[in-house]
Amino acid sequence: MIEVNLWSGLRHVTGGATVVEVEGATVGAVLDALVAAHPGLAPFIEAGVSVAVDGEIITGDRFAEVPDGAEVFLMQRLKGG
Amino acid sequence: MAKDDVKQAYKLVGTRVLRPDGLDKVTGRARYGADFAMPGMLYGAVARSPHAHARIVSIDASKALALDGVKAVVTRADLPEGLTGEDWNLQENAMAGEVALYDGHAVAAVAATSALLAKDAARLIEVDYEVLPHVTDVDEAMKPDAPVIRPGAADHTVPDGMPPNVVKYFEFGRGDVEAGFAQADLVRERTYRTEATHQGYIEPQACVGQLGSDGKGEMWVTTQGQWYVRKMCADLLGLGVAQLRVTPSEIGGGFGGKTTVFMEPLSLALSRKAGGRPVKLVMDRAEVLRATGPTASASMDVKIGMKADGTMTAARAEFRMQGGAFPGSPVNEALECAFAPYKLAAVEHIGYDVLANRPKAAAYRAPGAPMGAFAAESLIDEMARELGLDPIELRLLNVVEEGDRSSYGPKFKRIGLREVLEATKVHPNFSVPLGPNQGRGVATGFWFNYNGDTSVSMAIAEDGTAQVAVGTPDIGGGRASIGLMVAETLGVPYEAVRINVVETGALGINEPTHGSRATFATGKAAVLATEQATREMCRRAAADWGIDPDAVEWVEGAAQPAGPNAGKFPPMSIAEIAGNMSNTGGPIAGHWEGVPRGVGASFGTHVADVEVDPETGRVTVLRYLVVQDAGRAIQPDYVEGQYQGGAVQGIGWALNEGYVYGADGRLQNAGFLDYRIPVASDLPMIDTVIVEVPNPGHPFGVRGVGETGITPPLPAIANAVAAATGVRLADLPMNPPRVLAAIRSRMDD
Amino acid sequence: MTTIRVTTEVNGDRVEFLADPRETLLDVLRDKLGLTGSKEGCGTGDCGACSVLLDGRLVSSCLVLGVEAEGRKVETIEGMAPGEELHPLQRKFLEHAALQCGFCTPGFLVASKALLERNPDPTEEEVRYWLAGNLCRCTGYDKIVRAVLDAAAEMRGAG
Repeated sequence: MIEVNLWSGLRHVTGGATVVEVEGATVGAVLDALVAAHPGLAPFIEAGVSVAVDGEIITGDRFAEVPDGAEVFLMQRLKGG
Repeated sequence: MAKDDVKQAYKLVGTRVLRPDGLDKVTGRARYGADFAMPGMLYGAVARSPHAHARIVSIDASKALALDGVKAVVTRADLPEGLTGEDWNLQENAMAGEVALYDGHAVAAVAATSALLAKDAARLIEVDYEVLPHVTDVDEAMKPDAPVIRPGAADHTVPDGMPPNVVKYFEFGRGDVEAGFAQADLVRERTYRTEATHQGYIEPQACVGQLGSDGKGEMWVTTQGQWYVRKMCADLLGLGVAQLRVTPSEIGGGFGGKTTVFMEPLSLALSRKAGGRPVKLVMDRAEVLRATGPTASASMDVKIGMKADGTMTAARAEFRMQGGAFPGSPVNEALECAFAPYKLAAVEHIGYDVLANRPKAAAYRAPGAPMGAFAAESLIDEMARELGLDPIELRLLNVVEEGDRSSYGPKFKRIGLREVLEATKVHPNFSVPLGPNQGRGVATGFWFNYNGDTSVSMAIAEDGTAQVAVGTPDIGGGRASIGLMVAETLGVPYEAVRINVVETGALGINEPTHGSRATFATGKAAVLATEQATREMCRRAAADWGIDPDAVEWVEGAAQPAGPNAGKFPPMSIAEIAGNMSNTGGPIAGHWEGVPRGVGASFGTHVADVEVDPETGRVTVLRYLVVQDAGRAIQPDYVEGQYQGGAVQGIGWALNEGYVYGADGRLQNAGFLDYRIPVASDLPMIDTVIVEVPNPGHPFGVRGVGETGITPPLPAIANAVAAATGVRLADLPMNPPRVLAAIRSRMDD
Repeated sequence: MTTIRVTTEVNGDRVEFLADPRETLLDVLRDKLGLTGSKEGCGTGDCGACSVLLDGRLVSSCLVLGVEAEGRKVETIEGMAPGEELHPLQRKFLEHAALQCGFCTPGFLVASKALLERNPDPTEEEVRYWLAGNLCRCTGYDKIVRAVLDAAAEMRGAG
């Protein structure tokens, strides 16, 4: 199981939850599982997110591995100057 | 050795070599955006709205078109319809549709046989406007009765009931902040404001665009990212992306402002309408300031709780930012960076992205982070003074380290903030005695750093020299740092490697030189591409020797048997292998495409010493110190240069720079005389300390250094001014009238 | 549109061109004579990227009309190192890494050359005030000032 930490503003679409447990071995699988569990997350994820897996912020790689028990944070997609 | 291990001793990495593009740049030969000319080229000019907010009733270009030598006029009607999302935003910003949304918003463009004629023609384009009420201030734009800039523009993040100009809403944090404040011995809450500033690159936007009726086009352009220009122009004009070939010129500064497009698509639209003749468009300085990416203006509430010993118990930030008439202010990044240097059990962040009648904000060096740091670090400094605590010790008490949870959520990997603070504490600047009206300010800042889409290709030439094709324009010494890393990996002299910044047809997609990524991402990709070539050279040597390729290793520019069991053969040099490559299987090359993993964040601490003239309110910077973790400085001159340049941009933001809008919504300081960036006589030398806590995710330990340097100066200067005067300015810029008023208000108390 | 025939000397060469009376010297240098080393950063005399010497005097070429060059002597960045040897200022700018993007560099070099011709031993403060008309957004000026002071010292030693 992967515990995914959501940003607190998302609790409006997850029935109040800011930590969601899902199955998934990759970033993409975790994101898909999140949407399956809480369809209200779809527009947020489609708008672009970064996913921090054990402290590493991963952007734009759905195939990045998520080890079992990893700490996962959903973040707004970063931009740089 | 595993590829993620960080080596410690190098021949070339860390040396102060000359940059390979230097000779062209000190002789005037280097070609920048406006230096290109093509046979048959036309010149373009853009007509812009003089109103902050106005409905475009009609556009009549007949007088312009009647001029001899005018070849084409384009308006929004010449661009495709039906775009959505950010593509629509970019198109709308490039050329207004039904409504001009800010002073300087493009409404039409013209191409003619000379630049003077094009400007004359642009003035003859008659636009009938119906002026609408406008708003340019972020707090005013959030009021319920503010003019609504774009009805229905709020996205899915905005809860019901928010003011109509709020288009994105952010909320994140953890822990019980109210309980945290209850545990504190001191709780303070303040409001801070920063004005919009411009990246202020000295080279205005410039391009030559050419587009035929067959949908194939070319562009020469000053940009941080040629693939971004290609994709955006193609989307805005409805072209096949690969049909457009974009060649980057040398770039005269960008700082984030050249990661997007403004008038570039218009040159292509004009060219298509003018029979495919190339069209050159060059902005003047007023156009740059009125219509290209400034950063956001901000209004920020911060609340912090501290124990008497300085331990932070909770923090809360609520930031409002306007990024012009389009979504996309960096309010989220500002929130994420504000408390990043501190260990916090309870923290709450709330952000509002707000529309106003100003130009569309573009990225500016660590987007959002300087504002967030200004608010958080000003309040931390105020509380440290109130509690009688040393600013460095307070930061060391709350410092984040590897494994600590960041204020924005995930745990930190290896970071170097403690090392930065320790190095600051012992620097001689920190103990220079201060005189009357002088003060010292300390502040810390943070930037994530970034990787992004990266493609690099390298090849060995017949004589054993090497060429490397990279996609990130060299904006401050990137060719030198990538050249050093490739030469180190290849085991050849630095001079034997040529780094070429190439056009879009030559590589897979690359993100721009942004996010402090070029030395990290392009550098890592270049090293991995080079290792592919050295593996191939080992294979050729092994074939020649008749041994297993795995028994050959690459050492100091030559293939050699890996240990005594592999066989006894003299090393085979790169020159030997390269000279023979056409007889041993053909070209030798390497390439790498992907998103390099292993980004390492960077922290910095700045110490500003200022003197404030009590008669005039003028702030003079006496000394300035930048201490920052680079991970590894590949070419220290250019790392120092990034530190110094970032610091001075921040000093300008703190003291002088800011957009000034009149009551009519027009920008009143659209020139370098009135939008005053720091000049040489405003400044002392900028002292630097490069701290090196290697990033384990990069073959040489690089973190990226471009952005962190602009994050501490705003509060460092504000804290110094507070120390010098006893009054705290919460609004930027701290120009002489504001400082004087603050000093006088203190004297009135 | 009436153009005016202008004869002038640029970097030691006699040149002729036809100028629209509204065209600046910078326009002429860049668009008519192919000397694009002088840059336009503002067009209003505020940034110094277009600095040239006109009869030996430092000017912003965006504030001089092309027709005003008639019978005068113009020196631009392209004339600073006529042979293979760089001018000491150019070499010191490279050695000190006194440029990042390099766009303002020609203007700084021309302005610094004018300074050292008039004051071969400037203080740091004199360098900073002389160069206050040249904007650089990348470097924070630190390495530029050091390069100019170092070049001045070397040129004094050589003289």
